[in-house]
Amino acid sequence: MIREITILPGYDKNGAAESFSSITLKAGETTSIVGPTGSGKTAFITDIELLAQKDTTTRRQVLINGDIPKDPYRYNPSIRPIAMITQNTKCFADLSTEEFLEVHARARKIKNSKAVITETIDLANTFTGEKITNISKVTVLSGGQTRALLIADALLIGAAPIILLDEIENAGIFKQEIINIIQKTSKMVLFVTHDPVIALLTKKRIIMENGAVKKVIFQNETETQAAENLLELDKRVGILREKLRAGYELTDDSFRVKFA
Amino acid sequence: MKLVVIAGPPSAGKTALTKQIVKNFKDKMKIAYLKIDVVKAYEDQELAKDYNILTKKIYSGDLCPDHAGVMVLGDVLEWAEKNKVDLLIIESAGLCLRCSPYVNQGLGIVVLSSISGIHAPEKMGAMVSLSDIAIVTKIDLVSQAEREVLIQKIKDVHPQIILMETNALQGTSLTYLYSLIENSQDIDRNNLFLKGNPPLGTCTICIGKKDIGWKNHFGVIKKLDGQITEYLYRGE
Ligand SMILES: Nc1ncnc2c1ncn2[C@@H]1O[C@H](COP(=O)(O)OP(=O)(O)OP(=O)(O)O)[C@@H](O)[C@H]1O
Ligand SMILES: Nc1nc2c(ncn2[C@@H]2O[C@H](COP(=O)(O)OP(=O)(O)O)[C@@H](O)[C@H]2O)c(=O)[nH]1
Ligand SMILES: [Mg+2]
Ligand SMILES: [Mg+2]
Ligand SMILES: [Zn+2]
Repeated sequence: MIREITILPGYDKNGAAESFSSITLKAGETTSIVGPTGSGKTAFITDIELLAQKDTTTRRQVLINGDIPKDPYRYNPSIRPIAMITQNTKCFADLSTEEFLEVHARARKIKNSKAVITETIDLANTFTGEKITNISKVTVLSGGQTRALLIADALLIGAAPIILLDEIENAGIFKQEIINIIQKTSKMVLFVTHDPVIALLTKKRIIMENGAVKKVIFQNETETQAAENLLELDKRVGILREKLRAGYELTDDSFRVKFA
Repeated sequence: MKLVVIAGPPSAGKTALTKQIVKNFKDKMKIAYLKIDVVKAYEDQELAKDYNILTKKIYSGDLCPDHAGVMVLGDVLEWAEKNKVDLLIIESAGLCLRCSPYVNQGLGIVVLSSISGIHAPEKMGAMVSLSDIAIVTKIDLVSQAEREVLIQKIKDVHPQIILMETNALQGTSLTYLYSLIENSQDIDRNNLFLKGNPPLGTCTICIGKKDIGWKNHFGVIKKLDGQITEYLYRGE
Protein backbone atom coordinates (compact mmCIF):
# COMPACT_ATOMS: atom_id res chain seq x y z
CA MET A 1 0.00 0.00 0.00
CA ILE A 2 1.26 3.40 -0.90
CA ARG A 3 0.27 6.02 1.62
CA GLU A 4 2.66 8.72 0.58
CA ILE A 5 5.78 9.57 -1.32
CA THR A 6 8.44 11.99 -0.17
CA ILE A 7 10.73 14.00 -2.39
CA LEU A 8 14.03 15.12 -0.89
CA PRO A 9 15.83 18.12 -2.40
CA GLY A 10 18.54 17.99 -5.05
CA TYR A 11 20.30 20.76 -6.95
CA ASP A 12 19.18 23.32 -9.51
CA LYS A 13 20.68 23.76 -12.97
CA ASN A 14 23.57 25.82 -11.57
CA GLY A 15 24.34 23.25 -8.89
CA ALA A 16 22.84 25.23 -5.99
CA ALA A 17 20.97 23.17 -3.41
CA GLU A 18 17.17 23.32 -3.54
CA SER A 19 15.60 25.30 -0.71
CA PHE A 20 12.77 22.99 0.43
CA SER A 21 13.43 20.42 3.12
CA SER A 22 11.04 17.77 1.81
CA ILE A 23 7.78 17.49 -0.13
CA THR A 24 5.28 14.80 0.82
CA LEU A 25 2.41 13.78 -1.46
CA LYS A 26 -0.41 11.60 -0.15
CA ALA A 27 -2.81 9.10 -1.70
CA GLY A 28 -5.96 10.77 -3.02
CA GLU A 29 -4.17 14.10 -3.42
CA THR A 30 -3.88 16.05 -6.65
CA THR A 31 -0.86 18.23 -7.34
CA SER A 32 0.12 20.43 -10.25
CA ILE A 33 3.63 21.30 -11.34
CA VAL A 34 3.84 24.71 -13.00
CA GLY A 35 6.61 26.95 -14.28
CA PRO A 36 8.13 28.29 -17.49
CA THR A 37 9.32 26.09 -20.34
CA GLY A 38 12.57 24.40 -19.45
CA SER A 39 12.17 25.03 -15.70
CA GLY A 40 12.39 21.32 -14.84
CA LYS A 41 8.74 20.22 -14.60
CA THR A 42 9.24 17.07 -16.62
CA ALA A 43 12.49 16.37 -14.78
CA PHE A 44 10.59 16.60 -11.46
CA ILE A 45 7.97 14.00 -12.34
CA THR A 46 10.57 11.82 -14.07
CA ASP A 47 12.41 11.68 -10.73
CA ILE A 48 9.23 10.28 -9.18
CA GLU A 49 8.71 7.87 -12.06
CA LEU A 50 12.24 6.50 -11.76
CA LEU A 51 12.13 6.58 -7.95
CA ALA A 52 15.33 8.60 -8.15
CA GLN A 53 18.04 7.87 -5.58
CA LYS A 54 20.37 10.82 -6.19
CA ASP A 55 21.21 9.18 -9.52
CA THR A 56 19.43 11.52 -11.94
CA THR A 57 20.51 14.96 -13.19
CA THR A 58 18.64 16.71 -10.39
CA ARG A 59 20.12 14.41 -7.70
CA ARG A 60 16.81 14.32 -5.84
CA GLN A 61 15.78 11.32 -3.74
CA VAL A 62 12.31 9.79 -3.63
CA LEU A 63 10.94 7.72 -0.72
CA ILE A 64 7.85 5.53 -0.58
CA ASN A 65 6.04 5.59 2.79
CA GLY A 66 9.16 7.19 4.21
CA ASP A 67 11.54 4.44 3.11
CA ILE A 68 14.00 3.93 0.28
CA PRO A 69 12.16 1.82 -2.33
CA LYS A 70 13.34 -1.78 -2.78
CA ASP A 71 15.49 -2.63 -5.80
CA PRO A 72 12.96 -4.60 -7.87
CA TYR A 73 10.70 -1.56 -7.85
CA ARG A 74 13.45 0.57 -9.17
CA TYR A 75 14.53 -1.66 -12.03
CA ASN A 76 11.27 -3.04 -13.29
CA PRO A 77 8.81 -0.41 -14.47
CA SER A 78 6.00 -2.97 -14.75
CA ILE A 79 5.93 -3.53 -10.99
CA ARG A 80 6.50 0.10 -10.16
CA PRO A 81 3.38 1.58 -8.59
CA ILE A 82 3.55 4.50 -10.98
CA ALA A 83 2.16 5.27 -14.42
CA MET A 84 3.49 8.23 -16.35
CA ILE A 85 2.04 9.81 -19.47
CA THR A 86 4.92 11.65 -21.12
CA GLN A 87 4.95 14.59 -23.47
CA ASN A 88 5.83 12.16 -26.26
CA THR A 89 2.90 11.46 -28.48
CA LYS A 90 4.36 8.76 -30.67
CA CYS A 91 4.54 5.01 -30.29
CA PHE A 92 7.23 3.04 -32.10
CA ALA A 93 5.94 -0.46 -31.41
CA ASP A 94 4.81 -2.11 -34.60
CA LEU A 95 1.68 -3.56 -33.01
CA SER A 96 -2.07 -3.07 -33.24
CA THR A 97 -3.78 -1.33 -30.33
CA GLU A 98 -5.13 -4.66 -29.13
CA GLU A 99 -1.73 -6.41 -29.35
CA PHE A 100 -0.02 -3.50 -27.60
CA LEU A 101 -2.47 -3.60 -24.71
CA GLU A 102 -2.25 -7.39 -24.60
CA VAL A 103 1.54 -7.35 -24.13
CA HIS A 104 1.26 -4.55 -21.60
CA ALA A 105 -1.38 -6.50 -19.65
CA ARG A 106 0.98 -9.48 -19.69
CA ALA A 107 3.82 -7.28 -18.40
CA ARG A 108 1.48 -6.17 -15.60
CA LYS A 109 0.59 -9.83 -14.90
CA ILE A 110 -3.10 -9.45 -15.74
CA LYS A 111 -4.75 -12.77 -16.59
CA ASN A 112 -7.69 -12.97 -19.01
CA SER A 113 -6.98 -9.53 -20.35
CA LYS A 114 -9.67 -9.53 -23.10
CA ALA A 115 -12.25 -7.60 -21.10
CA VAL A 116 -9.85 -4.97 -19.76
CA ILE A 117 -8.45 -4.40 -23.27
CA THR A 118 -11.92 -3.67 -24.65
CA GLU A 119 -12.63 -1.44 -21.64
CA THR A 120 -9.38 0.46 -22.18
CA ILE A 121 -10.11 1.14 -25.84
CA ASP A 122 -13.66 2.23 -24.97
CA LEU A 123 -12.38 4.58 -22.27
CA ALA A 124 -9.76 6.02 -24.63
CA ASN A 125 -12.55 6.74 -27.09
CA THR A 126 -14.35 8.87 -24.53
CA PHE A 127 -11.22 11.08 -24.37
CA THR A 128 -10.81 11.59 -28.10
CA GLY A 129 -13.10 12.53 -30.95
CA GLU A 130 -11.38 10.41 -33.57
CA LYS A 131 -12.23 6.75 -32.93
CA ILE A 132 -9.50 4.25 -32.04
CA THR A 133 -10.28 0.67 -33.07
CA ASN A 134 -8.67 -2.51 -31.75
CA ILE A 135 -6.93 -3.08 -35.06
CA SER A 136 -5.52 0.46 -35.40
CA LYS A 137 -1.71 0.27 -35.46
CA VAL A 138 -0.34 2.25 -32.52
CA THR A 139 2.30 3.71 -34.83
CA VAL A 140 -0.29 5.55 -36.94
CA LEU A 141 -2.42 6.96 -34.12
CA SER A 142 -2.46 10.76 -33.94
CA GLY A 143 -0.84 12.59 -31.03
CA GLY A 144 -4.21 13.05 -29.31
CA GLN A 145 -5.26 9.45 -29.90
CA THR A 146 -1.95 8.16 -28.56
CA ARG A 147 -2.30 10.27 -25.41
CA ALA A 148 -5.92 9.16 -24.95
CA LEU A 149 -4.96 5.52 -25.31
CA LEU A 150 -2.01 5.83 -22.94
CA ILE A 151 -4.08 7.61 -20.28
CA ALA A 152 -6.78 4.94 -20.47
CA ASP A 153 -4.02 2.32 -20.35
CA ALA A 154 -2.49 3.95 -17.26
CA LEU A 155 -5.85 4.01 -15.50
CA LEU A 156 -6.99 0.48 -16.32
CA ILE A 157 -3.99 -1.69 -17.24
CA GLY A 158 -1.19 0.12 -15.39
CA ALA A 159 -3.86 0.66 -12.69
CA ALA A 160 -1.13 2.36 -10.71
CA PRO A 161 -1.84 4.23 -7.48
CA ILE A 162 0.38 7.10 -8.65
CA ILE A 163 -0.33 8.78 -11.99
CA LEU A 164 1.94 11.38 -13.55
CA LEU A 165 0.55 13.39 -16.46
CA ASP A 166 2.78 15.65 -18.53
CA GLU A 167 0.83 18.46 -20.23
CA ILE A 168 -2.30 16.56 -21.19
CA GLU A 169 -3.87 19.81 -22.34
CA ASN A 170 -1.71 19.97 -25.46
CA ALA A 171 -3.03 16.84 -27.07
CA GLY A 172 -6.42 18.05 -28.25
CA ILE A 173 -8.19 15.47 -26.13
CA PHE A 174 -11.20 15.95 -23.88
CA LYS A 175 -9.42 17.20 -20.77
CA GLN A 176 -12.67 17.49 -18.84
CA GLU A 177 -13.48 13.78 -19.15
CA ILE A 178 -10.04 12.89 -17.86
CA ILE A 179 -10.21 15.27 -14.91
CA ASN A 180 -13.66 13.94 -13.95
CA ILE A 181 -12.41 10.37 -13.83
CA ILE A 182 -9.21 11.22 -12.02
CA GLN A 183 -10.97 13.34 -9.39
CA LYS A 184 -13.20 10.40 -8.51
CA THR A 185 -10.33 8.01 -7.80
CA SER A 186 -8.27 7.63 -4.67
CA LYS A 187 -5.04 7.86 -6.65
CA MET A 188 -2.17 10.26 -6.20
CA VAL A 189 -2.18 12.38 -9.34
CA LEU A 190 0.40 14.90 -10.54
CA PHE A 191 -0.26 17.18 -13.47
CA VAL A 192 2.53 19.04 -15.21
CA THR A 193 0.54 21.85 -16.72
CA HIS A 194 0.36 25.29 -18.27
CA ASP A 195 -3.45 25.24 -17.97
CA PRO A 196 -4.91 27.51 -15.24
CA VAL A 197 -8.01 25.34 -14.89
CA ILE A 198 -5.98 22.25 -14.05
CA ALA A 199 -3.57 24.24 -11.88
CA LEU A 200 -6.43 25.72 -9.82
CA LEU A 201 -8.27 22.42 -9.50
CA THR A 202 -5.40 20.70 -7.72
CA LYS A 203 -4.86 20.83 -3.97
CA LYS A 204 -1.20 21.71 -4.23
CA ARG A 205 0.88 23.65 -6.73
CA ILE A 206 4.59 23.14 -7.06
CA ILE A 207 6.32 26.07 -8.73
CA MET A 208 9.49 25.30 -10.70
CA GLU A 209 12.31 27.62 -11.71
CA ASN A 210 15.79 26.95 -13.11
CA GLY A 211 15.52 23.20 -12.49
CA ALA A 212 14.51 23.61 -8.85
CA VAL A 213 11.33 23.71 -6.78
CA LYS A 214 10.82 27.37 -5.96
CA LYS A 215 7.64 27.19 -3.89
CA VAL A 216 4.80 24.93 -2.85
CA ILE A 217 1.39 26.60 -2.66
CA PHE A 218 -1.82 25.16 -1.17
CA GLN A 219 -5.09 25.87 -2.92
CA ASN A 220 -7.07 28.61 -1.07
CA GLU A 221 -10.81 29.21 -0.98
CA THR A 222 -10.81 31.99 -3.57
CA GLU A 223 -8.94 29.69 -5.87
CA THR A 224 -11.44 26.88 -5.38
CA GLN A 225 -14.17 29.30 -6.47
CA ALA A 226 -12.10 30.64 -9.34
CA ALA A 227 -11.56 27.04 -10.42
CA GLU A 228 -15.32 26.43 -10.42
CA ASN A 229 -15.90 29.50 -12.58
CA LEU A 230 -13.07 28.69 -14.93
CA LEU A 231 -14.38 25.17 -15.23
CA GLU A 232 -17.77 26.51 -16.38
CA LEU A 233 -16.04 28.76 -18.85
CA ASP A 234 -13.80 25.95 -19.99
CA LYS A 235 -16.82 23.74 -20.64
CA ARG A 236 -18.35 26.42 -22.81
CA VAL A 237 -15.11 26.88 -24.69
CA GLY A 238 -15.04 23.11 -25.08
CA ILE A 239 -18.53 23.02 -26.57
CA LEU A 240 -17.57 25.81 -28.95
CA ARG A 241 -14.42 23.99 -29.92
CA GLU A 242 -16.29 20.80 -30.70
CA LYS A 243 -18.89 22.71 -32.75
CA LEU A 244 -16.15 24.36 -34.76
CA ARG A 245 -14.30 21.08 -35.21
CA ALA A 246 -17.47 19.47 -36.49
CA GLY A 247 -17.94 22.24 -39.04
CA TYR A 248 -20.89 24.08 -37.48
CA GLU A 249 -21.56 27.78 -37.88
CA LEU A 250 -22.58 29.60 -34.73
CA THR A 251 -26.03 31.19 -34.99
CA ASP A 252 -27.59 30.42 -31.59
CA ASP A 253 -27.86 33.47 -29.35
CA SER A 254 -26.55 31.57 -26.34
CA PHE A 255 -23.10 31.74 -27.89
CA ARG A 256 -23.06 35.52 -27.64
CA VAL A 257 -21.12 35.17 -24.42
CA LYS A 258 -19.11 38.02 -23.02
CA PHE A 259 -15.70 36.83 -21.85
CA ALA A 260 -15.22 39.80 -19.59
CA MET B 1 41.13 -7.41 -14.18
CA LYS B 2 37.38 -7.09 -14.71
CA LEU B 3 35.88 -7.49 -18.17
CA VAL B 4 32.74 -5.91 -19.60
CA VAL B 5 31.63 -6.75 -23.15
CA ILE B 6 29.03 -4.41 -24.58
CA ALA B 7 27.01 -5.40 -27.64
CA GLY B 8 23.97 -3.99 -29.39
CA PRO B 9 22.89 -2.65 -32.77
CA PRO B 10 24.44 0.53 -34.19
CA SER B 11 23.22 3.70 -32.47
CA ALA B 12 21.64 1.79 -29.60
CA GLY B 13 23.65 3.85 -27.11
CA LYS B 14 26.64 1.55 -26.44
CA THR B 15 29.11 4.41 -26.43
CA ALA B 16 26.80 6.66 -24.41
CA LEU B 17 26.55 3.88 -21.82
CA THR B 18 30.32 3.28 -21.93
CA LYS B 19 30.89 6.94 -21.16
CA GLN B 20 28.69 6.71 -18.08
CA ILE B 21 30.54 3.62 -16.87
CA VAL B 22 33.89 5.30 -17.47
CA LYS B 23 32.75 8.47 -15.71
CA ASN B 24 31.70 6.44 -12.69
CA PHE B 25 34.86 4.32 -12.38
CA LYS B 26 37.67 6.47 -13.72
CA ASP B 27 38.81 7.72 -10.33
CA LYS B 28 38.72 4.27 -8.74
CA MET B 29 40.08 2.02 -11.45
CA LYS B 30 42.48 2.04 -14.37
CA ILE B 31 40.26 1.59 -17.42
CA ALA B 32 41.03 0.40 -20.94
CA TYR B 33 38.60 0.43 -23.84
CA LEU B 34 38.56 -1.50 -27.10
CA LYS B 35 36.26 -0.62 -29.97
CA ILE B 36 35.67 -3.20 -32.67
CA ASP B 37 34.11 -1.94 -35.86
CA VAL B 38 33.88 -2.80 -39.52
CA VAL B 39 34.84 0.32 -41.39
CA LYS B 40 34.94 3.40 -39.21
CA ALA B 41 34.93 4.18 -35.52
CA TYR B 42 35.77 7.34 -33.61
CA GLU B 43 34.84 6.25 -30.12
CA ASP B 44 38.43 5.42 -29.09
CA GLN B 45 39.72 8.92 -29.82
CA GLU B 46 36.75 10.55 -28.15
CA LEU B 47 37.04 8.47 -24.97
CA ALA B 48 40.80 8.88 -24.79
CA LYS B 49 40.46 12.63 -25.12
CA ASP B 50 37.47 13.17 -22.81
CA TYR B 51 38.39 10.77 -20.02
CA ASN B 52 42.09 10.19 -20.45
CA ILE B 53 41.87 6.38 -20.52
CA LEU B 54 43.72 3.78 -22.57
CA THR B 55 41.93 3.02 -25.82
CA LYS B 56 42.40 0.90 -28.90
CA LYS B 57 40.34 0.07 -31.95
CA ILE B 58 40.38 -2.60 -34.61
CA TYR B 59 38.66 -2.70 -37.95
CA SER B 60 37.42 -6.13 -38.88
CA GLY B 61 37.32 -5.31 -42.56
CA ASP B 62 36.14 -8.36 -44.49
CA LEU B 63 35.70 -10.52 -41.42
CA CYS B 64 32.55 -10.75 -39.35
CA PRO B 65 33.24 -8.23 -36.53
CA ASP B 66 32.46 -10.69 -33.77
CA HIS B 67 34.77 -13.17 -35.45
CA ALA B 68 37.46 -10.49 -35.56
CA GLY B 69 36.83 -9.69 -31.90
CA VAL B 70 37.37 -13.31 -30.91
CA MET B 71 40.64 -13.45 -32.82
CA VAL B 72 42.13 -10.35 -31.21
CA LEU B 73 40.71 -10.78 -27.72
CA GLY B 74 43.80 -12.66 -26.59
CA ASP B 75 46.10 -9.84 -27.70
CA VAL B 76 43.87 -7.23 -26.12
CA LEU B 77 43.85 -9.01 -22.77
CA GLU B 78 47.61 -9.20 -22.87
CA TRP B 79 47.86 -5.50 -23.73
CA ALA B 80 45.49 -4.56 -20.92
CA GLU B 81 47.20 -6.75 -18.34
CA LYS B 82 50.59 -5.41 -19.31
CA ASN B 83 49.21 -1.93 -18.65
CA LYS B 84 47.89 -2.99 -15.24
CA VAL B 85 44.31 -2.27 -16.20
CA ASP B 86 41.56 -2.93 -13.62
CA LEU B 87 38.58 -2.71 -15.94
CA LEU B 88 38.56 -3.60 -19.64
CA ILE B 89 35.52 -2.49 -21.64
CA ILE B 90 34.96 -3.91 -25.11
CA GLU B 91 32.39 -2.27 -27.39
CA SER B 92 31.39 -4.53 -30.26
CA ALA B 93 30.38 -3.34 -33.70
CA GLY B 94 26.94 -4.74 -33.12
CA LEU B 95 26.38 -5.90 -36.66
CA CYS B 96 26.47 -9.67 -36.68
CA LEU B 97 23.23 -11.11 -35.38
CA ARG B 98 24.44 -14.65 -35.87
CA CYS B 99 27.35 -14.41 -33.49
CA SER B 100 27.68 -12.87 -30.07
CA PRO B 101 30.84 -11.47 -28.53
CA TYR B 102 30.23 -12.59 -24.95
CA VAL B 103 32.66 -14.78 -23.03
CA ASN B 104 32.12 -17.11 -20.07
CA GLN B 105 33.59 -14.64 -17.57
CA GLY B 106 33.01 -10.98 -16.78
CA LEU B 107 29.77 -9.30 -17.81
CA GLY B 108 28.02 -9.40 -21.18
CA ILE B 109 25.77 -6.39 -21.66
CA VAL B 110 23.33 -5.91 -24.52
CA VAL B 111 22.22 -2.35 -25.21
CA LEU B 112 18.84 -1.84 -26.81
CA SER B 113 17.19 1.42 -27.67
CA SER B 114 13.55 2.04 -26.73
CA ILE B 115 12.89 3.09 -30.29
CA SER B 116 14.50 0.13 -32.02
CA GLY B 117 11.17 -1.53 -32.63
CA ILE B 118 9.20 -4.13 -30.80
CA HIS B 119 10.56 -7.12 -32.69
CA ALA B 120 14.22 -6.18 -32.23
CA PRO B 121 14.78 -8.44 -29.18
CA GLU B 122 13.61 -11.50 -31.11
CA LYS B 123 15.60 -10.62 -34.19
CA MET B 124 18.81 -10.06 -32.29
CA GLY B 125 19.17 -13.72 -31.34
CA ALA B 126 22.30 -14.59 -29.38
CA MET B 127 23.16 -10.94 -28.79
CA VAL B 128 20.20 -10.87 -26.37
CA SER B 129 19.80 -14.49 -25.31
CA LEU B 130 23.44 -14.97 -24.24
CA SER B 131 23.87 -11.65 -22.45
CA ASP B 132 23.83 -11.24 -18.67
CA ILE B 133 22.37 -7.76 -18.56
CA ALA B 134 20.16 -5.73 -20.88
CA ILE B 135 20.25 -1.96 -20.73
CA VAL B 136 17.36 -0.21 -22.44
CA THR B 137 18.35 3.31 -23.50
CA LYS B 138 16.50 6.38 -24.79
CA ILE B 139 13.68 5.97 -22.31
CA ASP B 140 13.33 9.74 -22.47
CA LEU B 141 11.88 9.35 -25.96
CA VAL B 142 8.95 7.00 -25.38
CA SER B 143 6.00 6.52 -23.05
CA GLN B 144 6.18 4.32 -20.00
CA ALA B 145 3.64 1.82 -21.34
CA GLU B 146 5.74 1.34 -24.45
CA ARG B 147 8.87 0.76 -22.36
CA GLU B 148 7.06 -1.93 -20.40
CA VAL B 149 5.96 -3.58 -23.64
CA LEU B 150 9.55 -3.67 -24.93
CA ILE B 151 10.86 -5.04 -21.63
CA GLN B 152 8.24 -7.77 -21.74
CA LYS B 153 9.45 -8.71 -25.23
CA ILE B 154 13.07 -8.89 -24.03
CA LYS B 155 11.99 -11.13 -21.14
CA ASP B 156 10.15 -13.38 -23.58
CA VAL B 157 13.50 -13.96 -25.31
CA HIS B 158 15.62 -14.22 -22.15
CA PRO B 159 13.58 -14.70 -18.94
CA GLN B 160 16.62 -14.61 -16.60
CA ILE B 161 18.15 -11.42 -17.96
CA ILE B 162 18.90 -8.55 -15.57
CA LEU B 163 17.09 -5.56 -17.01
CA MET B 164 17.73 -1.88 -16.46
CA GLU B 165 16.50 1.26 -18.15
CA THR B 166 18.38 4.49 -18.56
CA ASN B 167 18.60 7.78 -20.30
CA ALA B 168 22.17 7.08 -21.35
CA LEU B 169 22.89 10.73 -22.10
CA GLN B 170 22.28 11.56 -18.44
CA GLY B 171 23.22 8.19 -16.95
CA THR B 172 20.06 7.91 -14.87
CA SER B 173 19.41 4.91 -12.60
CA LEU B 174 22.65 3.08 -13.29
CA THR B 175 23.81 2.53 -9.70
CA TYR B 176 22.78 -1.14 -9.81
CA LEU B 177 24.82 -1.70 -12.97
CA TYR B 178 27.83 -0.07 -11.33
CA SER B 179 27.52 -2.37 -8.34
CA LEU B 180 27.29 -5.43 -10.63
CA ILE B 181 30.48 -4.34 -12.39
CA GLU B 182 32.22 -3.56 -9.13
CA ASN B 183 31.32 -6.97 -7.69
CA SER B 184 32.13 -8.97 -10.82
CA GLN B 185 34.96 -11.50 -10.56
CA ASP B 186 38.37 -10.80 -12.04
CA ILE B 187 38.83 -12.84 -15.19
CA ASP B 188 41.19 -15.77 -15.58
CA ARG B 189 42.71 -15.44 -19.01
CA ASN B 190 43.53 -19.13 -19.31
CA ASN B 191 39.94 -20.22 -18.91
CA LEU B 192 38.19 -17.79 -21.19
CA PHE B 193 35.75 -19.18 -23.74
CA LEU B 194 33.13 -17.84 -26.08
CA LYS B 195 29.61 -18.31 -24.78
CA GLY B 196 27.92 -18.85 -28.10
CA ASN B 197 28.71 -21.37 -30.79
CA PRO B 198 30.50 -19.55 -33.56
CA PRO B 199 29.30 -20.18 -37.13
CA LEU B 200 30.51 -23.44 -38.58
CA GLY B 201 32.93 -21.90 -41.01
CA THR B 202 33.53 -19.16 -43.48
CA CYS B 203 33.03 -18.90 -47.18
CA THR B 204 34.22 -16.89 -50.13
CA ILE B 205 31.54 -14.28 -49.41
CA CYS B 206 32.65 -13.84 -45.82
CA ILE B 207 36.16 -13.11 -46.98
CA GLY B 208 34.99 -10.43 -49.34
CA LYS B 209 34.63 -11.86 -52.83
CA LYS B 210 32.09 -9.79 -54.65
CA ASP B 211 31.05 -12.10 -57.47
CA ILE B 212 27.41 -13.02 -57.77
CA GLY B 213 26.12 -16.55 -58.34
CA TRP B 214 26.89 -20.08 -57.26
CA LYS B 215 29.64 -20.82 -59.70
CA ASN B 216 31.91 -18.18 -58.18
CA HIS B 217 31.78 -19.39 -54.63
CA PHE B 218 32.72 -22.27 -52.41
CA GLY B 219 32.78 -22.90 -48.70
CA VAL B 220 29.90 -23.07 -46.25
CA ILE B 221 27.00 -21.68 -48.17
CA LYS B 222 23.30 -22.22 -47.75
CA LYS B 223 21.20 -22.42 -50.88
CA LEU B 224 17.79 -20.80 -50.74
CA ASP B 225 16.00 -24.13 -50.98
CA GLY B 226 18.94 -26.34 -50.15
CA GLN B 227 19.10 -29.20 -47.68
CA ILE B 228 20.97 -28.68 -44.43
CA THR B 229 23.41 -31.41 -45.46
CA GLU B 230 24.30 -29.43 -48.56
CA TYR B 231 25.89 -26.70 -46.47
CA LEU B 232 29.35 -27.55 -47.73
CA TYR B 233 29.50 -26.26 -51.21
CA ARG B 234 32.44 -26.69 -53.54
CA GLY B 235 31.56 -24.35 -56.37
CA GLU B 236 30.07 -25.16 -59.75
N1 LIG C 1 17.93 20.36 -11.44
C1 LIG C 1 18.42 20.21 -12.68
N2 LIG C 1 19.75 20.10 -12.91
C2 LIG C 1 20.23 19.95 -14.15
N3 LIG C 1 19.48 19.88 -15.27
C3 LIG C 1 18.14 19.99 -15.11
C4 LIG C 1 17.53 20.15 -13.82
N4 LIG C 1 16.19 20.21 -13.98
C5 LIG C 1 15.96 20.09 -15.30
N5 LIG C 1 17.13 19.97 -15.99
C6 LIG C 1 17.28 19.82 -17.45
O1 LIG C 1 16.73 20.97 -18.08
C7 LIG C 1 16.08 20.62 -19.29
C8 LIG C 1 14.63 21.13 -19.28
O2 LIG C 1 13.92 20.51 -18.21
P1 LIG C 1 12.44 19.90 -18.38
O3 LIG C 1 12.34 19.15 -19.66
O4 LIG C 1 12.11 19.17 -17.14
O5 LIG C 1 11.59 21.25 -18.49
P2 LIG C 1 10.01 21.47 -18.53
O6 LIG C 1 9.68 22.38 -17.42
O7 LIG C 1 9.31 20.16 -18.54
O8 LIG C 1 9.83 22.22 -19.90
P3 LIG C 1 8.59 22.21 -20.96
O9 LIG C 1 7.52 23.08 -20.40
O10 LIG C 1 9.22 22.78 -22.18
O11 LIG C 1 8.18 20.78 -21.13
C9 LIG C 1 16.18 19.10 -19.40
O12 LIG C 1 17.26 18.77 -20.28
C10 LIG C 1 16.47 18.65 -17.99
O13 LIG C 1 17.20 17.42 -17.95
N1 LIG D 1 17.72 10.89 -26.18
C1 LIG D 1 18.64 9.94 -25.99
N2 LIG D 1 19.63 9.81 -26.90
C2 LIG D 1 20.56 8.85 -26.70
C3 LIG D 1 20.52 7.98 -25.57
N3 LIG D 1 21.57 7.12 -25.66
C4 LIG D 1 22.24 7.45 -26.78
N4 LIG D 1 21.65 8.49 -27.42
C5 LIG D 1 22.06 9.12 -28.70
O1 LIG D 1 21.95 8.12 -29.70
C6 LIG D 1 23.01 8.24 -30.65
C7 LIG D 1 23.80 6.94 -30.75
O2 LIG D 1 24.41 6.65 -29.51
P1 LIG D 1 25.82 5.89 -29.40
O3 LIG D 1 26.13 5.77 -27.96
O4 LIG D 1 26.82 6.51 -30.29
O5 LIG D 1 25.38 4.46 -30.00
P2 LIG D 1 26.33 3.19 -30.37
O6 LIG D 1 26.40 3.17 -31.86
O7 LIG D 1 25.53 2.02 -29.86
O8 LIG D 1 27.63 3.36 -29.69
C8 LIG D 1 23.87 9.39 -30.17
O9 LIG D 1 23.47 10.53 -30.90
C9 LIG D 1 23.52 9.53 -28.70
O10 LIG D 1 23.69 10.84 -28.24
C10 LIG D 1 19.43 8.15 -24.60
O11 LIG D 1 19.29 7.43 -23.60
N5 LIG D 1 18.53 9.15 -24.88
MG1 LIG E 1 8.25 19.15 -20.03
MG1 LIG F 1 29.55 3.40 -30.41
ZN1 LIG G 1 29.18 -13.41 -37.47
